[in-house]
Amino acid sequence: MAQLFPRGSNAFARVSIVVVLVVVGTGLTILLNTNRLHYTTDVQVAKKQPVPFSHKHHVAGVGLDCRYCHTSVEESSFANIPPVETCMTCHSQIWTESPLLEPIRESYRTGDPIEWVRIHDLPDFVYFNHSIHVHKGIGCQTCHGQVDQMPLMWKVNALNMEWCLECHRAPEKYVRPREEVFNMAWKPMDGRGQTVSQVALGAQLVQDYDINPSTDCSTCHR
Amino acid sequence: MSSMTRTAHKNGLDLDLSEIRERLATSEGQDYWRSLNELADTEEFRNYLHREFPEGASEWNDKVGRRKFLQVMGASLAFAGLTSCTRQPPEKIVPYIRAPEQIIPGKPLFFASALSQGGFARGVLVESHAGRPTKIEGNPAHPAAPRSDNATFGPTDAITQAQILDLYDPDRSQVPVANGRASTWTRFSATLATEVAKFDLDQGQGLRLLTETVTSPVLVSQIRALLEKYPNARWHQFEPGTRDNVREGAKMALGEVVETQYHFEKAKRILSLDADFTNSGPASVRHARHFALGREVIDDQKSDMNRLYVVESTPSNTGAVADHRLPLKASQIENFARAVATALGINAMGGNSAGHDTWLNALVKDLMAHRGASLVIAGDHQPPAVHALAHAINSALDNVGSTVTYTDPVEAEPTNHYASLKDLTVDMSEGRVSLLVVLGGNPVYNAPADLNFAAAYQEVTTRIHLGQSQNETARLSHWHLPETHALEAWGDIRAFDGTISIVQPLIEPLYGGKSAAALVAMMMGDGRTDYDRVKEYWREQYKESDFETVWQTWLHDGLVPNTALPERTVSLTENYGTPSQASEGLEVNFRLDPTIGDGRYANNGWLQELPKPHTRLTWDNAALIAPATAEVQGLQNGDVVVLSANNRSVEAPVWIVPGHPANAITVHLGFGRTAAGRVGNGVGFNAYALQTSDSPWTASDASLTKTGQTYPLACTQDHHSMEGRALVRSGTVDEYEKHPHFVHEMGHDPGPDANFFDGIHDNDGMAWGMAIDLNSCNGCNACTVACQSENNIPVVGKDQVLNGREMHWIRIDRYYKGDLDNPELYNQPVPCMQCENAPCELVCPVGATVHSAEGLNDMAYNRCVGTRYCSNNCPYKVRRFNFLHYTDEETPSFKLQRNPNVTVRGRGVMEKCTYCVQRISAARIEAKVEDRELNDGDITTACQGACPTDAIVFGDIKDPNSRVAKLKAQQRNYGILTELNTKPRTTYLARLTNPNPEISQHG
Repeated sequence: MAQLFPRGSNAFARVSIVVVLVVVGTGLTILLNTNRLHYTTDVQVAKKQPVPFSHKHHVAGVGLDCRYCHTSVEESSFANIPPVETCMTCHSQIWTESPLLEPIRESYRTGDPIEWVRIHDLPDFVYFNHSIHVHKGIGCQTCHGQVDQMPLMWKVNALNMEWCLECHRAPEKYVRPREEVFNMAWKPMDGRGQTVSQVALGAQLVQDYDINPSTDCSTCHR
Repeated sequence: MSSMTRTAHKNGLDLDLSEIRERLATSEGQDYWRSLNELADTEEFRNYLHREFPEGASEWNDKVGRRKFLQVMGASLAFAGLTSCTRQPPEKIVPYIRAPEQIIPGKPLFFASALSQGGFARGVLVESHAGRPTKIEGNPAHPAAPRSDNATFGPTDAITQAQILDLYDPDRSQVPVANGRASTWTRFSATLATEVAKFDLDQGQGLRLLTETVTSPVLVSQIRALLEKYPNARWHQFEPGTRDNVREGAKMALGEVVETQYHFEKAKRILSLDADFTNSGPASVRHARHFALGREVIDDQKSDMNRLYVVESTPSNTGAVADHRLPLKASQIENFARAVATALGINAMGGNSAGHDTWLNALVKDLMAHRGASLVIAGDHQPPAVHALAHAINSALDNVGSTVTYTDPVEAEPTNHYASLKDLTVDMSEGRVSLLVVLGGNPVYNAPADLNFAAAYQEVTTRIHLGQSQNETARLSHWHLPETHALEAWGDIRAFDGTISIVQPLIEPLYGGKSAAALVAMMMGDGRTDYDRVKEYWREQYKESDFETVWQTWLHDGLVPNTALPERTVSLTENYGTPSQASEGLEVNFRLDPTIGDGRYANNGWLQELPKPHTRLTWDNAALIAPATAEVQGLQNGDVVVLSANNRSVEAPVWIVPGHPANAITVHLGFGRTAAGRVGNGVGFNAYALQTSDSPWTASDASLTKTGQTYPLACTQDHHSMEGRALVRSGTVDEYEKHPHFVHEMGHDPGPDANFFDGIHDNDGMAWGMAIDLNSCNGCNACTVACQSENNIPVVGKDQVLNGREMHWIRIDRYYKGDLDNPELYNQPVPCMQCENAPCELVCPVGATVHSAEGLNDMAYNRCVGTRYCSNNCPYKVRRFNFLHYTDEETPSFKLQRNPNVTVRGRGVMEKCTYCVQRISAARIEAKVEDRELNDGDITTACQGACPTDAIVFGDIKDPNSRVAKLKAQQRNYGILTELNTKPRTTYLARLTNPNPEISQHG
C-alpha cells in the first residue's frame, strides 16, 4: 500500500504541535492577565463622584479620624458611608455657599440621598467583614492605600481572591499594632521608634492577637 | 377542579393492596417502610428509585423540540458567554440623610412583637436589616413560645415563620378599590362619613360589623364604643378555624364559657380525643414543647416518660408521636369518650369502645393509676359533648388544678361563629343590612356552602371589605381597602393564656394600608394614629406615672408582664348532651389545611410547597382515604372521584393514607381559591363547597364515584428514598433500660479506625456537629420553613416538585412501621450530614465543595459549574440543584425579604445546608472582636431556633460540655448510613416509646 502522507508531513505535524501550544498558551496568558489589568480592575482609576469629596483634604488637611465618618468599621461588616447629616455638622457652618457642596445641602433639604459611586466593590458572593480585620491589626491603609493622599478616591488593590489569600496565608507580612490601624503613614517600628522588619513584628503580633486566618471557602463565600 | 389538567401521569404506580397486606403480615415486624409504593416493590418502582429523579424529569417537554431549542439558543449562548469577560457593573452607595438611632449598617436588629394565629398571639422576635424585616423567630420570653434555657430564640411554627413572605407578597392589595376601580383613601373616608352619618337617626339600624376572632383589647374597646353609639348595630364574628365546639362544650359541662389551660409538663398519662394539640391551636408550640419535655430520656437516669394515647379521625402529627394510636371515625369518638367516662364512674350514658375493649380498659386503668397527673384533651372538631366529657373526665381524675386549670375566656366576646354568620346571612338576605363592614376575613370564599353567603352578601346596600388581598369577598364588595400586615401597624393582642403583647410594626405600610382598628376609628371620627390610640389606651389602663418607662419595657420584652388570666374555679353541671349514633356509611372530615390554614395563606409559596404531614403532598389537597376504603372502592392514588356529601359534590383526587380510619374521607379546606393571587389561584379543590354550617367538621352519608380520570399529585414522599436501611431506629423505654445498646445493634458502624488516611480533618479549632432527637420531633415542619426564610431558598412550583426538584435544605422524611391500617409513624428531619469523609467532595471537578477546618462541607456557589456529580454521589440526597432559575429576581418586594448574608443562587448551581454558616461566621467574628471564646449556645441554626421541641441541637462536638456533645454521648445516638464510613456530623437519637404492656399489639 502506498504511503498516504508525504515525508514532509512529519515536520509539519511537529511544527503544528508547537504552534498550537504557543497559540493556546498566548491566548491563556492574555486572558488571565486581562483580568489583572488596571483597566479591568479599576485600580488607580479615580471615579467621578456627585460631590468631589477629597479624603486628602479631610484626612491630611483637616485631620479627621477615619472613624469620624466610617463609624461602624470596628463593630460591623460594613464600615459605613456617612449620612449627609455628618457632612452638615461642619458644612452648615463653613463653606455654606460653596457650589460644590450644593448636592449635599440639597440632599439635606429634600431628603433625597446622594448616590456615591462605589470604589471598593466586592462581588455579591463575597462576604467581607471590616470589624474583625481592624480588630486583628490590619490597617486601613493596608487595603485602601494612602487615602490621605487621594483627592478623589481610587483603589490601590484589585481585591481579587489571590490578593485576599496572600494575607490570609501570611498575615505576619501585613499586621500592625491595633493602635496604629487608623494611622495612614505607619511604618513597622519597635517601642523605641526604631524601624524593624515587618515580618518580625508581624510574627509577634500574630501571636499576641491570636491571629489564625482561615482559608476555608465558607470564610468568605456562603 | 374545573381548571385541573387531566393527564395520564401516574402517581406512583398501580398498587395491589391485598398483596402488600400479605407481605406485611409475613415480615418480621421490625420493618420500616416509607410508602405504599415501596411496599409494593414493583419493578417499575425500583427503577424509579434508582434513577434519583423520575424518568423524563430531565427531558425538555415544551412544544419547541429540544433540538430546535438548542439550535436557537446555541448562537445566543455563544454571545452570552462573552459577557463574563466584561467588568463588574458599577454600584452605588446610598447612605442615610439622617442616620436612624441604633442602626449599625451591616448588623441586624431584633424587635419583639406578636403575630396572630386564629386571633391568638404568637410571640416573635423579628430580624430587621436596615429597616427591612427579613426573618421571624420566636420570642423565648413569651408564654406561647417558651424555651427553658437562656436561648436567644424561642420556638415557632411553620405558619408563623412563613408570615414574612406574606408581608412581601406582590399580590397584596395596594390601593382602595371602589366598585372595581382604583380609588383613594380620601374618597373612601368621605363616603364612609356619609354612610355612617345615615345611622345617626336610627342608632345604627342596619349597620353590621363582621370580624374574625378578636382578642385585641384596643380593638374591642373601639368596637364596644361603636356599639354604644349605635345600639342597633351588631357585631358578628366568623372565621373557619373557630373553636365553637370548645366554647359550647365548656358551656355544656360547666355552664359558662371558660378557657381551659393544659399543663402537659405535669401530665404523665395523656389521652387525646382527636386533638392535634402539638400542631394546632393557640398554644400548640407550648404544648409540643412541654409534651416533649415529658419524654426526655437521659442515659443512666430512671426515665419517667409520659404516655400518650391518641384516638383520632385523621392521621395527625400528634398521632405520630403517640404511644398508642387508635384510628376511629370522627362520629365514633363521642361514643368512645362516653365509654371512657362511664368506666370512670361518670354518668355519661353508655358509650362503646368500637370494638377496642382491651385498649379502652388498659387506658382507663392507666388513667386511674395516675390521678392528678393525667390529662384528657378533646379536639376542636369534636362535638361539644366530647369536650364536656373531657371536662368531666379531668375532674373525675383530679386533674383540675394540676394538669388542667381554668381561666376566663381570652376572647373579648366569645361567640359561636357559625351561628353568628348564619344570623348575619339571614339578615342580609332579608334586606335588613344596609352597611356591612368586613374587617379582614373572606366569608364569600370560606362560608359553608349551605349559607349561600355570596348571594346574601350582594343584598347588602353598601359593602366595605378590609383585607390584605383583593380576595373573593373583596371582588363582591363596593369598597375594598388594603389592610396592613401585622408587621406594619401598631396594635395589641392576647395569647392563649391572656398575656397581652403590644404589636409593634417593623416597617411602614408598604402599600399605604390601614389596620382594622384604624378603620373602626374612621367610623367613629377618631383621627388618632394607631400608635397614639394603642398607647393612650394602655396609659389609661396602667394609671401609674412611670408609664413611659414601663411602655418601653413592654415593647422590648414583647409582652405586658403579669397579664395572664388568673386561675379560677368551675363547677360541673353533669350535662353531657344526648348520645349520638356513629354514622354507618362513608363520612367526610373537614379540616383546616396543615400548611395554608383556612385558605388565607394560599398565596404563600413557602407554605404551598411545604410537604404536608403524613401525606407529604405539596401544592394540592386530596381526598384522603384509608387503604381499606381504597380496596373496597377500587381506588388508586391520584384517581379523580366525585365526592358527594350534603347533597353537594366536588371532584377530588384520592390519596391513600395508611393509618386513616376506614370508611372516612378527610378533605382539607383552603384550596380551590379563585382570587388568592398568582400563587394560590386554582390550586386544589374547594372543600367549602361541601361544608354545612350545622356540622362544619363532618358530613355523614358521603359517597365516592370514580370518574376514570387521574390527576398528578406532587408528593415528595418517594423522592430521596433510602431503600430500607436502619435509618430510623426506635425501641421502647423498657428495652432501652434493660439493654441500652440496642440502637447500635440495629446497624453497622465501621468504628473510629476505619480510615484509610489518618485524621485528615483534625484541627485544633471547633468541630461543628448536630444531634437530632427523634424522640422529640413531631414533624411540624417549622424547621423547613425557617431554613427556607434564613437561606433564601426558592420555591419551585408543582411541576418541578413532580420532577423531584424541590429545594428544601432540610426535609422531613416519613417512615411507617407495622400494618397498613394503623402503622406507627416516624418523622426524621434530614439536613446535610456534613460527613467527615464526604463523598460529594471527592467528585467535584472544580473544588466547589470542600471541607472546612471546622468540619463543614463548604459549598462555594461561585465555583460550582453544575456537573451534579456531588448530588449523584451523596448517599443522603441532601444536595439541591437549581435546574432552572428558580429565584424570582424580578419582583421588587421579594428582594426586601432576602437575607443579605446568604448568596442568592442562580441557575446551574448546586446548593445545600451549611449549618447556617453565615450565623457561625457572625458569632465567631463577634466573639473574636470581643476577645472571648465562642460559648455553647452562641450559635443557633435556623432550624434549631424554630424547633418547638428542641429536637435539633447544634454546637461544638469537641467541647465535652456542649449540649450537642452530651447528646452525642448518649447511648441512643446513631448516625445514618455510617456503614459507608462517611462519618456524618449530623446524628440522630433513637426514638423511644412507652407502650402500655397491657395493650400488646399497637392499636
